[in-house]
Amino acid sequence: MSGTAADPRFASVRQAPRRQVRLSWSDPRLRNVFWQVVVIGAVVLLVWYLIGNTRRNLEARHIATGFGFLSQSAAIPIGESPIPYTPSVSTYGRALLIGILNTLRVSVIGVVLATVLGTLVGIGRLSKNLLVAKITAVYVETLRDIPVLLQLFFWYGLLQHLPAARQALHPIPGVFLSIRGIKLPDLIWEGAHSAAVVAFLIGAVLTWMWSRQAAQRQARTGRRPRTWPVALLLLIALPIGVWAALGAPFTLDVPALRGFNFQGGMTLSPEFAALLVGLVIYTSSYIAEIVRSGIEAVAQGQWEAAFALGLPHGLVLRQIVLPQALRVIVPPMTSQYLNLIKNSSLAVAIGYQDIVSIAGTTLNQTGQAIEGVAIIMAVYLTFSLSISAFMNWYNAHIALVER
Amino acid sequence: MMRSMLCGAWLLAGVVAAAAPAHAQGSGSPTLDAVRQRGQLACGVTTGVAGFSLPDSKGVEQGIDADGCRAIAAAIFGDANKVKYVPLNTENRFTALQSGEIDVLIRETTWTLGRESSLGALFGPITFYDGTGFLVKASAGVKSAKELDGATICVQPGTSTELAIADYFHRSNMKFTPIEIQNLQEILGAFFSGRCDAYSTDSSALAGIRYQQGDKAKDYVLLPDIISKEPLAPMVRKGDDKWFDLVRWTTYAQLTAEEDGVTGKNIDSFANSENPDIRKLLGLEGDLGKSMGVDNKWAYNIIKQVGNFGEMFDRAFQPMGVPRGLNKLWNQGGLEYAPPMR
Repeated sequence: MSGTAADPRFASVRQAPRRQVRLSWSDPRLRNVFWQVVVIGAVVLLVWYLIGNTRRNLEARHIATGFGFLSQSAAIPIGESPIPYTPSVSTYGRALLIGILNTLRVSVIGVVLATVLGTLVGIGRLSKNLLVAKITAVYVETLRDIPVLLQLFFWYGLLQHLPAARQALHPIPGVFLSIRGIKLPDLIWEGAHSAAVVAFLIGAVLTWMWSRQAAQRQARTGRRPRTWPVALLLLIALPIGVWAALGAPFTLDVPALRGFNFQGGMTLSPEFAALLVGLVIYTSSYIAEIVRSGIEAVAQGQWEAAFALGLPHGLVLRQIVLPQALRVIVPPMTSQYLNLIKNSSLAVAIGYQDIVSIAGTTLNQTGQAIEGVAIIMAVYLTFSLSISAFMNWYNAHIALVER
Repeated sequence: MMRSMLCGAWLLAGVVAAAAPAHAQGSGSPTLDAVRQRGQLACGVTTGVAGFSLPDSKGVEQGIDADGCRAIAAAIFGDANKVKYVPLNTENRFTALQSGEIDVLIRETTWTLGRESSLGALFGPITFYDGTGFLVKASAGVKSAKELDGATICVQPGTSTELAIADYFHRSNMKFTPIEIQNLQEILGAFFSGRCDAYSTDSSALAGIRYQQGDKAKDYVLLPDIISKEPLAPMVRKGDDKWFDLVRWTTYAQLTAEEDGVTGKNIDSFANSENPDIRKLLGLEGDLGKSMGVDNKWAYNIIKQVGNFGEMFDRAFQPMGVPRGLNKLWNQGGLEYAPPMR
């Protein structure tokens, strides 16, 4: 449709005859402009009135305003924090930053896991194996219909029935499972590890260049040189070699029970685990349906044509069906990712300190509700717009190229 | 079209004209006028803390905060039952007061400078001198707050407890991991299941929670350390001084009655009292009630229907075994002191 309209051959035919705008009420264009000015004017006046009214009332009630509180020291105790934080010393700004990072942490891991799990379940629903198909169908139909808040309470309640720290489950050496969370050994980070990461990144860039080279050669000669041995060398052997050359340091910080709790090691708290599991399982049930409908949207003829060419099943799925299915899958997937991020604000209910929780405490301690809520809104808006922008870009990238 | 607009304008003008004189005849306190018009006092209370406000088996709110609401209603209407209780959590309580959803907040709220200066609120007389304490499981073998280094502590977000323990641990150079859940039942669930080593809030509320455990009360220990001052007081909006006067003199009237030995049971025997202080308190003499915009029998109604301060306190806390401590009258070794009522 849009393709034909942009065709220059039809331009002269399609274009409406130009007319002068008359200063008369009977001219529809003048009326259009008039009403638009009226509506925009009314909106601007309303916003102006609301801002003015709020300011007057805040002043009349002697409620403090402004963002000065961000640099005051905050006595908000924070349980989990990816960056150093000391209550009563660090600022509200830093506390809020931790909230943002905590929201990001659960959202990013959640989006990745929900996509993987949802795709597996979605493909499972199309399985010819009756057991797999029925189990995944029950999974989707049950979990979609239970409110996510209840699911969070369920997972959190379940985790509270783990044994106390002193009687922690101890499935593998160095790993402890108790009501205080999952304790894992933590690698003590040294220079050699950083060097290995840098080597891996360089390897990734080289692999990408090599695969482009291979694609070009394939276009020229019809033969594609093997890429996987080179990739293996660059992505695995190179970083390990660098790490070994620098003395291969490997020391683990193993958790040990001391006093009330485990000291050392890495912690996966029950609050984080319950939130992550709840969000992933709930969202994956929606993603599964999106994946299933996407695959089913690819015409049966595509499968048959591909099989008629003698292509193996895996190749058909990867090269013929999935690229076409993705065009159907990506747009609704975006809204599932946005839902997951927004649902992560339910963390408040089970004590994971995300941005809503920390901003809530901040606005309660400082009394500056409008600023606190504005910060929460700005954070979620930024996250959502970023995800949307990325998914739109990706959608355009995989879209059918029309010529 | 034109005609209906004109009609609307006249209607509006009529409403404004009708409203204006009504306002002029009011008591001079917009809050008091609003309460009278509603026929009920909207009073913000807890979502259920024994001793402060907790519905009994008949669904009637009981506790010192609930009685505080009743006393104000008795002063205004002569009927202590004209109260609408609005249960609020620690995070929405101030917004409810600021927005006018409630007339007064009596919700075990700590009087701090920060709250008074930046929330646009004023605190009335202190009805409970409290302090932050810790409740731990007896099986943990902890004897003092000094032994809590490294502990996981359950606390409700948005409370002054949160600030108190952050400051205490910082001051004592100790570390702790907080678990912050807003819903009281959820956070208690986390504590009882062992997710936290200690639950921290005002020590009176801790005593209430321990008392509610019935037979299992002995499994929990209230640590002797009190790490902060938590004076609990009713809270009103700034900008309505007459309303503030009424709220604070309601408590003072109850304190004065206790000091003079006037109780809900014996109040009628003072009808012929010669003591000028008691005659003023009971409205037999002077116009103290009228000057505040209420009936001269306001204090009589409070004491007759709700009781004096001591009766109110004992009813709420005696069954739980919370000692009166600092909340005794000034002449009995406590801090409760009312300015003279004359």
